[in-house]
Amino acid sequence: MMNSTVNEWTIQELEDKAIDIRKDLCTFIYRIGIAGHLGGELSMIDMAVALYYKYMNYDPKNPEMPERDRLILSKGHCAEALFTIYQDMGMYTMDYMVDHFETLETAKFSMHPNRKYVDAIEASTGSLGHGMPIATGLALGARMSNENWRTFCIIGDGELQEGTNWEAFMTAGHYQLGNLVAIIDKNDLQMSGPTNQTNSIDPLDEKMRAFGWEVIEVNGNDMGEVCGALESLPPSDPHIRRKPICIISNTTKGKGVSFMENVVGWHAGVLNKEDLEKAIESIENTRRVR
Amino acid sequence: MAVEVSLNFDQILSSAREVYGTELRKMADEGMDFAFVCSDNVAPSSEVGKLMKAYPDRCINVGIAEANQVGVSAGLALSGKVVFSQVFGPFLPLRAADQIHADIAYNDVPVRLIGTHAGVTSGGGPTHNAIADLSFYRAVPNLTVVCPADANQCAKVVRQSMNYPGPMIIRIARGAEPDVYADNDYEFEFGKSITIKEGSDLTLIGTGSSVYWSLKAAQKLEEYGIYARVIDMHTIKPFDEEAVLKAANETGCVITVEDQSINGGLGGAVAEIIAESNIPTKFKRIGLPDEFAVLGEPNDVYKYYGMDPDGIAKTVREFFNR
Repeated sequence: MMNSTVNEWTIQELEDKAIDIRKDLCTFIYRIGIAGHLGGELSMIDMAVALYYKYMNYDPKNPEMPERDRLILSKGHCAEALFTIYQDMGMYTMDYMVDHFETLETAKFSMHPNRKYVDAIEASTGSLGHGMPIATGLALGARMSNENWRTFCIIGDGELQEGTNWEAFMTAGHYQLGNLVAIIDKNDLQMSGPTNQTNSIDPLDEKMRAFGWEVIEVNGNDMGEVCGALESLPPSDPHIRRKPICIISNTTKGKGVSFMENVVGWHAGVLNKEDLEKAIESIENTRRVR
Repeated sequence: MAVEVSLNFDQILSSAREVYGTELRKMADEGMDFAFVCSDNVAPSSEVGKLMKAYPDRCINVGIAEANQVGVSAGLALSGKVVFSQVFGPFLPLRAADQIHADIAYNDVPVRLIGTHAGVTSGGGPTHNAIADLSFYRAVPNLTVVCPADANQCAKVVRQSMNYPGPMIIRIARGAEPDVYADNDYEFEFGKSITIKEGSDLTLIGTGSSVYWSLKAAQKLEEYGIYARVIDMHTIKPFDEEAVLKAANETGCVITVEDQSINGGLGGAVAEIIAESNIPTKFKRIGLPDEFAVLGEPNDVYKYYGMDPDGIAKTVREFFNR
């Protein structure tokens, strides 16, 4: 665990943290001046905050800790959301991240994460449909080594159109990897439009159950529901064979920034000064109306 | 000077899959920590099958899903394992190219992808041929690419790979192939080719199965007074540039032989080195031309394209008008 104090985080404290992270993310995207995948980053923030601050066994001061839980970001284009969390946890400063963002030989950060440059990144991702096979391999590896750590994998919903996800879902179900949790950030939009008008992935719960997974469905932008799902995970024991767990996290793309919410065009974008001010005001408003 | 090796000119056949399977089993028995992954491509009665039976906890069969297999192998490696992953070669680079590129090479993990059925050794037509894999691997950073010349060398490669950093491709033939080396008591270093026969008139460079074909061709050529140097270029990446330059300088004529498309593989690598060297060199690539191979048994296909020892010798004699 990060430490006992951190794990006493209340739902309200986590909500406040998610609001701070959303604001920092927008500031980060503004400062780098390069298009960030804000829509899908804002939709997954609540889940990522709950994982890193409360539910994952992760110590930002000791990122190589052997017993740490692993998180694979299959939707690698949303890495800036994680980078923003890492700076908040004290692993990097925002100035450092800006100064090392796509700066050629000195670069550590980019749109997609590189495990060799960023301590908390477990696997370099970016090409969609790659996270689940890797996460499945990690979970198998933990079992082979008799280790209790858990593997989480955050996947986009549009990304599920890539067939390799389903190959890995089948493998994880077959091997009954109870130490594996797939979190599907289901914001219902992809780059070209609504997912159900592009190549529908529904009914997702039935599909996942058919592939041998246990399904928990939550509002992924409701911290109470997010915490409820993560709280309900059984202990990770490599010796116990049981169904892997899929959390279908129903979210809103662009969550927290009113002019981005459910807007296809904000799949990715740059922020100018005015956009940033409006975005921050909008995010702050979510704190007031709570 | 040629490295001290004992050569085997007789047609003694050994299967790389079987021999490396036995070696992996020995390595497991010796307490080496590795994982093994396959995709429904290991017969239970084979040596690798026996390994899987003896060590079920560390062996994973993901079913017929090569892309998933390569990703799962990367994940296992990220968990701290050295991973041997046997993939049906024709599908290794083709179906799993993105996984090789992103999960294995970019993540730079110690996965040894053992691609079987190299070149046209599978038979059964072009869907089951691996003819473009070396061309692809050569362009992917971080990969080490090894084509063992015979089954025993494959066992050496597998054992030595345990302590070798980063990802590796090990490309082997389908079944039993002639032994090149009479014993395994020779130094093997990744990236350092082995000159198995000295000669002053030309140099034949082979990789994998074509090392034996080149050796036999060189033997035939001596009947015509042509003396060929023969190089076992077992590592395609990193490439032993020095051996090529030396061959060009000392013999003035270089011919490459490979069970691969002549575009971009061994021949391509050697051509690039010679072209940039400014050493006047006669040069030819022997291998599969830019077409889907004719349908036939592997040995007939090799004969058809002049890749067998007689065909190689004929090409060389034409070069020398003898």
